[in-house]
Amino acid sequence: MEVLLAVLVGWLFGAAVYLMLSRSLVRYLFGLVLISNAANLAIFASGRLTRGAPALVPDGLTAPAEVVANALPQALILTAIVIGFGLLAFAFVLAYRAHDELGTVDTDAMRVAEPIAEEKPVPAASGRETAV
Amino acid sequence: MSWLLVLPIAIPMATAVLALLVRKQHIMERYVSAGGGAALFVATVVLLAAVWQDGTLVGRMGNWPPPFGIVLVADLFSAVMVLIAGLTGLLIVIFALATVDVERERFAFHSFYHILLGGVCGAFLTGDVFNLYVWFEVMLISSFALIALGGEKAQLDGAVKYAAINLVSTILFLTSIGLLYGATGTLNMAELNQAVRAVENQGLIDAIAIMFLIAFGIKAAVFPLFFWLPASYHTPPVAVTAIFAALMTKVGVYALFRMFTLVFTNDLALTHTVMLVVAALTMITGVLGAAAHTDIRRILSFHIVSQIGYMVLGLALFTPLALVGGVFYLIHHIIVKANLFLIGGVIKRVAGSFDLNRLGGLYLSHPVLAVMFLIPAFSLAGFPPLSGFWAKLILIKASLDLEEYLIAGVALVVGLLTIYSMTKIWIQAFWKPLPADGAPAGPAPLSGFERVALYTPIIVMCAVTVTIGIWVEPFFVFAERAAQELIEPAGYVAAVLGGGPR
Repeated sequence: MEVLLAVLVGWLFGAAVYLMLSRSLVRYLFGLVLISNAANLAIFASGRLTRGAPALVPDGLTAPAEVVANALPQALILTAIVIGFGLLAFAFVLAYRAHDELGTVDTDAMRVAEPIAEEKPVPAASGRETAV
Repeated sequence: MSWLLVLPIAIPMATAVLALLVRKQHIMERYVSAGGGAALFVATVVLLAAVWQDGTLVGRMGNWPPPFGIVLVADLFSAVMVLIAGLTGLLIVIFALATVDVERERFAFHSFYHILLGGVCGAFLTGDVFNLYVWFEVMLISSFALIALGGEKAQLDGAVKYAAINLVSTILFLTSIGLLYGATGTLNMAELNQAVRAVENQGLIDAIAIMFLIAFGIKAAVFPLFFWLPASYHTPPVAVTAIFAALMTKVGVYALFRMFTLVFTNDLALTHTVMLVVAALTMITGVLGAAAHTDIRRILSFHIVSQIGYMVLGLALFTPLALVGGVFYLIHHIIVKANLFLIGGVIKRVAGSFDLNRLGGLYLSHPVLAVMFLIPAFSLAGFPPLSGFWAKLILIKASLDLEEYLIAGVALVVGLLTIYSMTKIWIQAFWKPLPADGAPAGPAPLSGFERVALYTPIIVMCAVTVTIGIWVEPFFVFAERAAQELIEPAGYVAAVLGGGPR
């Protein structure tokens, strides 16, 4: 089971990195989805896998009687999923807005914040008037 | 006493909620925001005083005994970082009152700002690695909102790059937490101190340490992971840039200091050598990047990168004196860098541009501003008797003690190149006459309120810089004690776990 999970995590990380290295912002976002899940599964696996033993304490005892599944990694993953969901939602909206405003999802073409023409000795009026 | 530890997190969070509730009454929102900033500052002063008096404070959240529950811990290093966060938080919110436009305020600028402060304070105070991750996220999501708020083209462009790379760092951080837990079975930093030494497979610990180094390295913007910073920091309003410059990367540096003095000290030859190389390259690339630019904000952004190198250098050398230098540098740098950005903001307000080619003659029209620019600029470059001089002196002395002549030389040369950038701003913006195609003259003269809100933070920060410079003794003693706690973590461990591990 651990081997299976390890292979899956490795494959997810690999696919995610491949996608995230793309210039297209959309591919990056899909990579982000995959890599979040890969990280969560890695935490899950590192907490050791125990099948069919819920972390419940029987009546009259203060600690579980036998070996039970580790509940902590699951709590960590739950937190990480919630946080990851929020970040992902933001990232998607940001990408959508960036596409609306900048007209592209190619990160190489996004040069508004760092215009290329800057090395010219005579500065062209950049038109970048931002509020202070 | 644990309520003292909770306040620096609870006050900004409560302020954020309150500011959101009164968002419709614009004036009210501003009072709430400034009041919250002031309350946070007072709370952080009290916290630092308590830690100085009684030693490391530990708060068990939910009364769970460590290592089972989350602990908040304030040793001197944490407490001083929280204090500096409170001080800059208060000063920059005052500056923001005069500079951030009504539209941004209506879209909850102040709420995001205070959540950011809460996240920063939480990251400084927590004693649990996973909890550190959560605070990083709190900070990150509010910083995303702040950098994109307003939705200008350049801002969205910057925000995409900022978000993309920081999300990768977050995932790396999360994965390394998972692996660390798998290897040691605990996430409590104090318990990790012993637990990583007990692990049989030290190679795995080395790999995890390097993963943490990369994750925090992205946050701290060290070479070669810093490219998101100069791509994005100049896009939002100056008040946002200033609080980012002061606190965001420093949380990364703080996390490096914490993890690599408390947890990963078992293989100094690997981790701290890597850091030494990284520190040198960070200093050089940052300062060279700055030399190529003519926009004040972009010059200053590259200097953040360069200065991070000095702090990492203090950690990499890992002697008591070097850590003193690192702590001292952090304290000094936060104030100076925030101040320079605020002065950049005032320049934009009074002269209408950030572009050095379109500025000029400010010394003639605004002599007071010129003097106030010189103080942090010279401090950044390391002129005596300002704070930056002592910070650099300690670090260079520490590297000479270890006979690391090359790194000492690099630190000195980078200091010289910093002077180059600062004099460039000085000559172009203040000294030369206003060029004919200069910025469209005639921004409205400063109103009385603007004068107070723009200049008060700058004057206070200048005063702090000069005070640290001239009256250095108590600050040095303080940094020495803080560094002593860092390099001998037994006290920290004992305070958290209550005497001896397990």
